[in-house]
Amino acid sequence: MRDGVMLCQGGDMTTAVAARAIDLYKIYGSGDSEVRALDGVTLDIGAGEFTAIMGPSGSGKSTLMHCLAALDTPTSGDVQIGETRLSRLRDKALTTLRREQVGFVFQAFNLVPTLSARENILLPLSLAGSKPDQAWFDTVVDSVGLRDRLGHRPSQMSGGQQQRVACARALVSKPSIVFADEPTGNLDSTSSAEVLAFLRRSVDEFGQTIVMVTHDAVAASYCDRVVFLADGRVVDEIRDPDRDQILAHMTALQTAAAAPREERTA
Amino acid sequence: MLRLVLRNLLARKVRLVMSGLSVILGVAFLSGVLVFSNGLSTTFDGIIHGSTPDGVVRTVNSDSFDAGYSGQSDRALSPADLDRLRQLPEVARADGDVAGIGMSLLASDGTLIGGTGAPTLAFNHTDSPNMDGERTLVLKSGAWPERPGEVVLDEAAAEAGDYGLGDDVKLLAPFGTVERTAKLVGTAEFNGGGTAGATLLIFTTQEAQQLFLGGKDAYNQISLTAADGVTQRQLADAAAAVLPDGFEAVTGDEVAAESQDAVGAFLGIINTFLLVFAIIAVIVGGFIIVNTFTILVAQRTRELALLRALGAGRGQVTRSVLVEALALALVATTVGIGLGLLLARGLAAMLRSIGLDIASAALDLTTRAIVVSYVVGIGVTLAAAYLPARRGARVAPVAAMRADAVPERGSLRRRSLVGAVLLTVGAAFAAAGLLGAPGSDAAWIGVGAVIWILTVAAISPVIGKPVLALCRSVFGALFGTTGRLAGENALRDPRRTGATASALMIGLALVSTIGVLAASLNASVDDVVDEQFTADLLVQNSNFLPFSTEIGDRVAEVPGVDVVSRQQWTAARVASGPHPDKTVTVAGSDAEYARIYHPDVVSGRATPAGAQAVLFRSLARDLDLEVGDRLDLSFQGGTTLDLEVAGIVESSETTSEVTVPLDQLAAAGVLRQDSTLSILIDPAADPEKVRDAVDATAASAPIVGVYDKEGFADQIRGQVNQLLYLIYGLLALAIVIAVIGIVNTLGLSVIERTREIGLLRALGMSRAKLRRMVTLESVAIAVLGAVLGMALGLLIGVLLQRSLSDNLTSLGLPLGQLGAFLVVAIVVGVLAAVLPAIRASRLDVLEAIASE
Ligand SMILES: Nc1ncnc2c1ncn2[C@@H]1O[C@H](COP(=O)(O)OP(=O)(O)O)[C@@H](O)[C@H]1O
Ligand SMILES: [Mg+2]
Repeated sequence: MRDGVMLCQGGDMTTAVAARAIDLYKIYGSGDSEVRALDGVTLDIGAGEFTAIMGPSGSGKSTLMHCLAALDTPTSGDVQIGETRLSRLRDKALTTLRREQVGFVFQAFNLVPTLSARENILLPLSLAGSKPDQAWFDTVVDSVGLRDRLGHRPSQMSGGQQQRVACARALVSKPSIVFADEPTGNLDSTSSAEVLAFLRRSVDEFGQTIVMVTHDAVAASYCDRVVFLADGRVVDEIRDPDRDQILAHMTALQTAAAAPREERTA
Repeated sequence: MLRLVLRNLLARKVRLVMSGLSVILGVAFLSGVLVFSNGLSTTFDGIIHGSTPDGVVRTVNSDSFDAGYSGQSDRALSPADLDRLRQLPEVARADGDVAGIGMSLLASDGTLIGGTGAPTLAFNHTDSPNMDGERTLVLKSGAWPERPGEVVLDEAAAEAGDYGLGDDVKLLAPFGTVERTAKLVGTAEFNGGGTAGATLLIFTTQEAQQLFLGGKDAYNQISLTAADGVTQRQLADAAAAVLPDGFEAVTGDEVAAESQDAVGAFLGIINTFLLVFAIIAVIVGGFIIVNTFTILVAQRTRELALLRALGAGRGQVTRSVLVEALALALVATTVGIGLGLLLARGLAAMLRSIGLDIASAALDLTTRAIVVSYVVGIGVTLAAAYLPARRGARVAPVAAMRADAVPERGSLRRRSLVGAVLLTVGAAFAAAGLLGAPGSDAAWIGVGAVIWILTVAAISPVIGKPVLALCRSVFGALFGTTGRLAGENALRDPRRTGATASALMIGLALVSTIGVLAASLNASVDDVVDEQFTADLLVQNSNFLPFSTEIGDRVAEVPGVDVVSRQQWTAARVASGPHPDKTVTVAGSDAEYARIYHPDVVSGRATPAGAQAVLFRSLARDLDLEVGDRLDLSFQGGTTLDLEVAGIVESSETTSEVTVPLDQLAAAGVLRQDSTLSILIDPAADPEKVRDAVDATAASAPIVGVYDKEGFADQIRGQVNQLLYLIYGLLALAIVIAVIGIVNTLGLSVIERTREIGLLRALGMSRAKLRRMVTLESVAIAVLGAVLGMALGLLIGVLLQRSLSDNLTSLGLPLGQLGAFLVVAIVVGVLAAVLPAIRASRLDVLEAIASE
């Protein structure tokens, strides 16, 4: 199921890589108004790991995630998902790749309002025209605890329930990698904890690879690895973090960001 | 506030262009019709004025008869009469006119020119002046005819016949020997421009007398020119004193007024006919405006709420939306008026190519056209935008703070309730019509139908649901998730889907009603033909113009022809009883008629003999006549027949209101021609062969056709279908406008669902499937409109047929056509979706995730 296994030298250990960013640049505008959303990012996402991407607002987190998830094309550089290089693919192949290899959970507006929870969960599969694996569907639905809500439409569910439906949808097609952009950004702390616990469990129990963008230290503390971005570059990372460590790193970054730019680049 | 409105307008360019387009098309049709009809009547006025002299001497009664089919009087004016008029001090000059009806021009390849539409006018050349002292005819090339055997044509006819100056022109004469030729020596047109489509054949006086008066040196009309200082009235009065019996002198102004009345009545029908369709188009456009503004207001709920929160009053909000509508209406109406002018000129150019030349100077915007167009365009737009505008003003200020604000809407239940009541009211009208309430039954049903159509448009969100749900299931079964999603999308805002479909519904309801009526008419024609046409073959002109008796003589000689019955039709005025001046059609039937046809006798006998008449039951009732009563009929030329009512029969297509023996028409002073030949084939002969022989005999006179039962029914059906296609063509505009409505709604929906579409793309929906999803939603809307429209149209059509069952004896259901309409609706849906679908598939996937 987890195809596209590569090996990478992550320090002293050797892990399989689920996705890889290779010298990614994403530049908006030109001349004076030029914005470098991504400024040479190279990054490996380990398979079976729960990776958080953190950084101040505007540091390029979403842009990075969109590029990794085949939603956006970088100005230069390349992205690899499994063994597929995205730069070689046209829209049709990208669409198929998203459908088959990638799962998404967005911050808001994750569900199609006209479909029931069940139909939303099965949407990527039915778009591909493939049959759902009933046992796997049951497993996923039970682990998000939504069995009794399957017939409801999004408008009849709370925000937390909607996000859990979105999580279940991301997992049900057994993608090689799931991307979540601030999945708990609009939720209260109880609902957040439910969603995060579910994501954690899917990594631990099902070996799912997940990349989550967040600026919430609590959310990031559920992860195996936290990558810090600033001004479109990877500036730092920590493994098996706890909340305090993350907060410390964030504070350091924000202080650096507050300092004049010349100092930092010097 | 105004600056805000303008900014809003500009920000929504595309949507406004689309909804503006619906106004533009409706107004363009309207102003086009106004310009065109004005051009038409100006052209006819010009010709009438330019070709009428100061005074005219003509046979009595000639104004009240349709000169086309009723033949002509045998009375004529002599050269002595002409001389007496010339001696009068009031008369500056008098010119004898010889004119004949039924002369036909053949092209060099032997086919008939004109013949069906505008008349062919054949007359002698004099250089008599019109009332302005100018010549009535203008020479365009060559010379006027000077010797017998020479002819002048109008330019269009010469061109259509492929004749050049000096060529021999082929002609068919209405009297005596049928085929003739004459040398083309020139071309001419009426003073005042063109010929308005008529074909002109101009001969020397002597030749015209040969053709129409059997070679007698006489005239059937005299044009008078007044001496200096003499008024038209004085001229006519002086002339009247010296005229022989059966003739009258009328002023040029009277003649012009009569012609204008006749033309005006005809043009009036055309105008009303076209205006009805223009109004339908404008109303359909109004529906689209309602829908567009409803969506625009919904999409701007937050902005409007913010305005309210900042202290704008309800009135101000309503007004801001209305000002937007006004700006839109002004621009769209202006463009529409311009487009209408082009439309009218295009139509005129098209008509010119088929010979009806409308003076191009007359095709200009009149003040009336401009004012009417602005009033209608702006009025309809503002009225349509008013409801959405008021709804926008009801947005609570707090909605500015809510994420998912939707303007308050009255419940659909109340709408359904009111709808149900109105449907019942409509049904009551229809029932009144069916049960024979006073007045026209069809009018009662028509009122009911209009109530139904408008009510169904209003409650389409409710009654359309089953159709949409069916679409959802069918799409789901055929196209899987994409189809399901499309079906759901069509169902998610039933009001919007319903309102969009309503525009199409109106068009299809009308089209289906007309379809049912036409099919019923066709079926009824079959009935009538089956029952009444007991002849084996008919020979007649498709416009019922009379033709030379020589054709009948030749047909009678064809071997295998057993019986030939001749009929001539004319018009006469009832000259006695309580209804003087009523004009009736009179059929003169020969003795053979009774051997072929057997009308249903109500009382008396079916066949008149001598000075007797047989009447239709309807006419006998109108004139309050019974068998044995007397009926005086006055014919052109003033001869009156004193007839005895010999019998009353049921209406039949084989004769007319009044039937008299054929020789009575001759006694009434109508020149002998034939209008119909009915033929029985000898039972011993081979019918195919006889038919071929009759065909061959009639082929030399293309103004007549030979019809068997089937062919006769086909000919009538052909005329019905021609009208049917014309109506379909005119309704096509309403359907085009409805398509614009669908494009508009889909476009707005796509914009509204940007994020959802992005999400679907992110989850792996391909562009092709996304396009299919939008297309299927569009098809669902179109199918809804078609199904509602056709159901209503069928119902209305059937009811109308029932109420008109005296004439429409059989109900015909055009099932094939209805199937075709459904296919057209689906195609319309697919076409309407093209732009919105492309737009949807081009949307940026990232929009779904960008969470502002
Ligand atoms: N479509 C765009 N056009 C121009 N600039 C953009 C666009 N999208 C993002 N940016 C800029 O790129 C930078 C990174 O944005 P983003 O990846 O959204 O940051 P984050 O998600 O970390 O807040 C920001 O400075 C942002 O303004
Ligand atoms: Mg972001």
